[in-house]
Amino acid sequence: MKTADVLTLSPAGLYCPMGDFHIDPTRPSPRALITHGHADHARAGHGAVMATRETLDIMALRYGEGFTRSRQVAEPGRATRVGEVDVTFHPAGHVLGSAQILIEAKGFRVVVSGDYKRARDPTCAPFEPVRCDAFITEATFGLPVFRHPEASAEVERLISSIKLFPDRAHVIGVYSLGKAQRVMALIREAGWDRPFHIHGALEKISRYYADAGARLGEFTKVATAEKLGLAGEIVLCPPSAIADRWSAGFADPVRALASGWMRIRAFARRGSAQLPLVISDHADWDALRDTVVETGCSELWVTHGATEPLTHWARARGLDAKPLDMVGYGDEEAAVEEAAP
Amino acid sequence: MNEFARLLDRLALEPGRNDKVRLLTAYFASTTDPDRGLALAAMAGDLPVPGIRPAMARALVASRVDPDLFAMSYDFVGDLAETIALIWPRDGERGHNNPPAPTLSVVVEALRATGKTALPARLAALLDDLDEIGRWALLKLLMGGLRIGVSARLAKTAVAALGPVSADDIEEVWHGLAPPYEDLFAWAEGKGPRPQSSDAAPFRPPMLAHALDDASLAALVPGDFIAEWKWDGARAQAAVFTLADGERGARLYSRAGEDLGGAFPDMLDALRGAGFPDAVFDGELLVRDEKGAARPFSDLQARLNRKNPTPKMLRDMPPLLRLYDLLTLEGEDLRPSPFMERRARLEAVARGVQHPAFDLSPTRTFDSIAELVEVRKNAPLESEGLMLKRRDAPYVSGRPTGQWWKWKRDPMEVDAVLMYAQRGHGKRASLYSDYTFGVWRGSELVPVGKAYFGFTDAELKQLDKWVREHSVSRFGPVREVAHEPANGLVLQIAFEGLNRSPRHKSGLAMRFPRVARIRWDKPPAEADRIEALEALLPVGPPETKPSVPRESA
Repeated sequence: MKTADVLTLSPAGLYCPMGDFHIDPTRPSPRALITHGHADHARAGHGAVMATRETLDIMALRYGEGFTRSRQVAEPGRATRVGEVDVTFHPAGHVLGSAQILIEAKGFRVVVSGDYKRARDPTCAPFEPVRCDAFITEATFGLPVFRHPEASAEVERLISSIKLFPDRAHVIGVYSLGKAQRVMALIREAGWDRPFHIHGALEKISRYYADAGARLGEFTKVATAEKLGLAGEIVLCPPSAIADRWSAGFADPVRALASGWMRIRAFARRGSAQLPLVISDHADWDALRDTVVETGCSELWVTHGATEPLTHWARARGLDAKPLDMVGYGDEEAAVEEAAP
Repeated sequence: MNEFARLLDRLALEPGRNDKVRLLTAYFASTTDPDRGLALAAMAGDLPVPGIRPAMARALVASRVDPDLFAMSYDFVGDLAETIALIWPRDGERGHNNPPAPTLSVVVEALRATGKTALPARLAALLDDLDEIGRWALLKLLMGGLRIGVSARLAKTAVAALGPVSADDIEEVWHGLAPPYEDLFAWAEGKGPRPQSSDAAPFRPPMLAHALDDASLAALVPGDFIAEWKWDGARAQAAVFTLADGERGARLYSRAGEDLGGAFPDMLDALRGAGFPDAVFDGELLVRDEKGAARPFSDLQARLNRKNPTPKMLRDMPPLLRLYDLLTLEGEDLRPSPFMERRARLEAVARGVQHPAFDLSPTRTFDSIAELVEVRKNAPLESEGLMLKRRDAPYVSGRPTGQWWKWKRDPMEVDAVLMYAQRGHGKRASLYSDYTFGVWRGSELVPVGKAYFGFTDAELKQLDKWVREHSVSRFGPVREVAHEPANGLVLQIAFEGLNRSPRHKSGLAMRFPRVARIRWDKPPAEADRIEALEALLPVGPPETKPSVPRESA
């Protein structure tokens, strides 16, 4: 048994012939296993979808209940027979409901990790390393210049900026699924107890997170009429709203963006951010390497992101590594924010 | 050092002037001596540390990091200092028992006390002790190229905001002071006396112009204003004075108050030796050729970039100060006087001096806006356009409204053919965003320049797509694209000026070229010819004094 028997590349993405299913297909497919709810991985229009309960809920929130003809809940840690293989979902620590998918075929183990991170996130289950023969990883931040700082330190910078500029609104650009809620929870942990003011595009998912137990505290949708009155307050919106007219209505706003890309100054400048917050829901360079080592894999496929450097590193360690450079996974951090649900 | 680095990092992204001042003032208020004074020196360009060359920084990182991974990272980030700061390994991870990171004064002291041969090892040790933002700031300070949008003036304004003193007060004592400015901070905080300035010729903040908009042009009364060319050099303030021992003294400042005397010792000599009375001039600093004519801005830039000029520079690129205002004369402050009166006194002083390092910026009157429009159309190629100065305007520091206008000329344009495209850096690393373009010489295209801005993000995507679909060959990150008379892409290129350049195959060098329009409609055969560009060159060697039809006085 070898990896190519278990997984192949089809025009729609990763395909398992022995189980006759795709994982995170980028076009409508008869049977899809979905790692998490971000739009580039979870698309509407498949015949049947298998995912964690949270991912299914999130897809229904975003696309409506008719996003697929039939659906099946994957219980984390419990193997399910699909065709000639067993599949098991394990937490990936990326966003609420995110999972890695273990495929076992006659004792040969392949893990498709989807997107993942190793840093602490109070709003979702932590990543679980899974031993495997072949590991299929992302490499969004697969360059040694990406080493994310402690998220709590970034939140401290935000809080001290609010103290220095109490007459300005702090408007933070965050992705609507995962980043928004994680940032709110981290700010709560830092002791901020005032209500958050959020863009309408963040509302549905944030309510879902709060109902699922995330400690986000009070948050309300921003009304256009009250924007000027929000000096000294924290406002959250999708990244695209940072640069456009939406954020201009606030009192002399300090524009912040929370993303791993903010480590690079050119990105912060281009994103119109005055306060770049290096907070990422992806593994950084160190975490990618540590994870590859922990899985004990002898073969590594790198799906998207900076595939070349990670492949280069893995080969130097004696791993059989190959870059896939799959298109379609723009990574939600780089992709244009989905339209408001 | 890490705190100072965080300040710089934030300043670089904060566009608002007042917000920058608040960040700076908060830093000065919460930081002790001598660190805050060294920070002030760093922003004023007076930090006493050795510079390092990119080659040394590269060698340093090569000793620590896999060269392939470094190359891939640098290609992605696009900035050497930033790449090194981010990729620097954290082998000696700081635990809670480690000593705190070094302060700015510890870093400065360590570098000052280190000789050239020991510098790389010392720098590496400092990089080990700093975090990624601290490393970035240190490397930028040592390698140059720290762009945080903070002038010395702005930093002084922030010091002034600590207490009752004004920024102009600080300006008046500034040039007698040295880092770490402890007496200055004590004074600014109301805790000490005014520092004694030993300077005979303090910097006087200059008067600045507003850009002329259509409404202001329409409202302009021709009889109230005088026109001058806007020279393409560097604004400078020059002072000549008498020292205590009766000798002549001189000083040269940039428009931000930086002392340019080190970079232009020959200009100081000229000021002292030309026979001027004690005076403070406002003028344009240029570099002249052997015939006395102004040379291209790039030559001036080369001298401005050097703290100490090479003997060859002193020989081949002597400076020229084109005078246009007189602030003081023999101890009398002329700044409250009307411009026409200052101008008359300036002309009288200039008449008494014959020296190749000085000439007078000519003025002219105009009777109508229509006439002014014509004048601007014929602006000499070594000017950037027109300056309009109110006849009765006093000399007021800062940018008073309605007194001085600058009216830049329209950019020159040429239709050129895209020949090569190169991948950009940073966020553009995956896009072909740097374009080499050419014009026809006979039946072949000859490259005349390179542009990497002027287009929107949407146009960039279209250009990138076009490049990928029309590539004929590749050399590393560069693609050659189809460029034949009937097959290729025409770019309308705008630029600010044109000079002869032996370094380019075409013999021409453009200033600020950018893509004004993508001419999807135009076949390459109809692009411009080299003769069209050559016609835009300054004629022969430019004249010493560009002819201006009517002198005003």
